[in-house]
Amino acid sequence: MKDCEYRQIPPGAAAPGPAASPPPPAPERPGETPRPRRKWEVFPGRNRFYCGGRVMLAGHGGVFALTLGLILTTSGLFFAFDCPFLARHLTLAIPIIAAVLFFFVISCLLQTSCRDPGILPRATPSEAADLEKRIDAMGTSTYRLPARTMEVVINKYVVKLKYCYTCKMFRPPRTSHCSVCDNCVERFDHHCPWVGNCVGKRNYRYFYAFILSLSFLTAFIFACVVTHLTLRFHTYLVASNLTTNEDIKGSWSNKRGSEFVNPYSHKSILTNCCAVLCGPFHPSLIDRRGFVQPDVGTPASPKSEIPSFGAKPDTSMVGGVP
Amino acid sequence: MASPGDTVHSLQELRRSASLATKVFVQRDYSDGTTCQFQTKFPPELESRIERQLFEETVKTLNGFYAEAEKIGGSSYLEGCLACATAYFIFLCMETHYEKVLKKISKYIQEQNEKIYAPRGLLLTDPLERGMRVHAVLL
Repeated sequence: MKDCEYRQIPPGAAAPGPAASPPPPAPERPGETPRPRRKWEVFPGRNRFYCGGRVMLAGHGGVFALTLGLILTTSGLFFAFDCPFLARHLTLAIPIIAAVLFFFVISCLLQTSCRDPGILPRATPSEAADLEKRIDAMGTSTYRLPARTMEVVINKYVVKLKYCYTCKMFRPPRTSHCSVCDNCVERFDHHCPWVGNCVGKRNYRYFYAFILSLSFLTAFIFACVVTHLTLRFHTYLVASNLTTNEDIKGSWSNKRGSEFVNPYSHKSILTNCCAVLCGPFHPSLIDRRGFVQPDVGTPASPKSEIPSFGAKPDTSMVGGVP
Repeated sequence: MASPGDTVHSLQELRRSASLATKVFVQRDYSDGTTCQFQTKFPPELESRIERQLFEETVKTLNGFYAEAEKIGGSSYLEGCLACATAYFIFLCMETHYEKVLKKISKYIQEQNEKIYAPRGLLLTDPLERGMRVHAVLL
């Protein structure tokens, strides 16, 4: 099966020179010469091709679909629920930045997955035969061994090149055979199931741009969601002149009846906001830099005033809590 | 492989198998790393067919083209940054530097074939057709 597929490449690949190459888009006439097949149709690796060979994916696309789905869902929820609020209350820059990041992430992801990662085409029979001849000439010591190797000197370092039995060639330096895709990939990094493709010479930069921009997008969305939560919650508190403490304890919640409301409220959202955010700036009462004086018993000292002053709201609040 | 029935087909097969038997492959030279360079060593099979100097000149020119294509410098940084800034969509409407050089290379090879190799009964193939691993000379 593999051999049969393998032998089908040469007619196209070995067509020498510009004169002998057959015109690819020849019209199909039934009964006569068969339609010239494109190379992707007889591609020996485990890849899937779409759009007439323009787009390629590795064999198993399930995890890639999951990645795409997760990114799309998260971003979709963010754009649907967080963005409108933040754009209205904070700045219009948030949806714009998020959209640019999202566009970049998706673009990089698709280019990582749908690009050729740097697959080396398998050797044509003539090239493989030539190689066999040269291996024979090199001597029998390495010939019949299961692992054929060739040594080359790269920048004064000796590097061993392994023979790839599937691709019928010595793998160039940094090339590795991907067992998932069944291809030799140049500058092979790894096979990434998340992007559904090998990561190699031709798509490493897209892969890097993808993971970098994805982490930025994730951090951005996270920051926006946190901002949204605090902003929305505290805006509500300011508008109703509540403290977080009161809100959590439910001191003034109108569970028991509508007449039971926050007694500190100014009855208007605007006035509440003004009172909380633009009210008077209160002085510090603890007089940190003052000198300690013996307690003579003067009732006008601020120190003795604080406890009696602070006790009042406390008791009223305790009374309010059921 | 050649079937005796179809005459035209078998003739083509014959020509193909004949050309298969007399190909000389020039291998890659990895001494400078993984940049695309071919060995300038003169293959002994070509001894009687072409002058050593002419062949070496061709390979050296090709190597020069590949070095130009794979040069890392200001222009490649600029190309990379520009592409990144457009989310790599610029290549839908612009050729990469490498593609431009590859066109030059195929033009050069055609020219060399017409001027030097074809008159001597040789044919140089573009390394791009063979995964840049080898370039073949058909005898």
